[in-house]
Amino acid sequence: MKFNVRQSGDVTILDLSGKITIGSGEEALRNTMQEIMSSGARKVVINMSGVTMIDSSGIGELVSAYTTATNRGTKLKLANLPAKVSDILTITQLITVFDVYDNEADAVNSFA
Amino acid sequence: MADEHRFHLAIGSRFENIELVQVVLKDRLRQLGMDEDTQDWVDVAVREALANAIKHGNAQNPEKQVHVDLDVEDDEVVIRVEDEGVGFDPDRVGDPLAPENLLRTNGRGILFMKKFMDRIHYGSGPGGGTMVTLRKRVGPKTDTPHHPEEGTQ
Repeated sequence: MKFNVRQSGDVTILDLSGKITIGSGEEALRNTMQEIMSSGARKVVINMSGVTMIDSSGIGELVSAYTTATNRGTKLKLANLPAKVSDILTITQLITVFDVYDNEADAVNSFA
Repeated sequence: MADEHRFHLAIGSRFENIELVQVVLKDRLRQLGMDEDTQDWVDVAVREALANAIKHGNAQNPEKQVHVDLDVEDDEVVIRVEDEGVGFDPDRVGDPLAPENLLRTNGRGILFMKKFMDRIHYGSGPGGGTMVTLRKRVGPKTDTPHHPEEGTQ
């Protein structure tokens, strides 16, 4: 998994790409999200456009990020879900839990 | 579809070895004429079986192996994943779709296997460990993942 953290105004954007799978990315996602939240970010968008595969461990890390963010008062949104990631979130019924947007601009603007 | 597609792999219980299995698996699925979407879903299902075997079955003990066999039986690809653990009761895993479990960070692996394969079956393998058998029809594209068969074998 590769990731990049950037700012869009007061919104922190985390770009993810590659596989978010056990032993290959899920720990990096956990550590990166902890760093983002420790920095005091209150508005976070995870841009998932480059994610090629996610397994149950990767989904577990997304859930962990969501609950940690919510407990800290940070709002977390997902944008640009590839079709297979969207399918997996639908299967797990987490599509109803996460705040999901078709594109990054909509996700960023939703904080306003 | 014949015996030339069969393979047997034995990997040490390290997560990075999952990638090795995936390379061989996807190559064989491609040779069998499985469409790319279905290959990807089978890949995820087998990944879950391997992760469970490494993490839960073998407790990540690198001295213990996970055995992977691929066979073609009639029009189905059959993948068997066996660990060297002490056994596992899949019925003891809580329903990950139950409202109280929705925000759990684990417990979705078997759900993925059921959704992405036509049939799965848990049992004891010839070595005495837990063996999960995953079956997927090779042929015209099926409706996974939106309308998969729910049942286990």
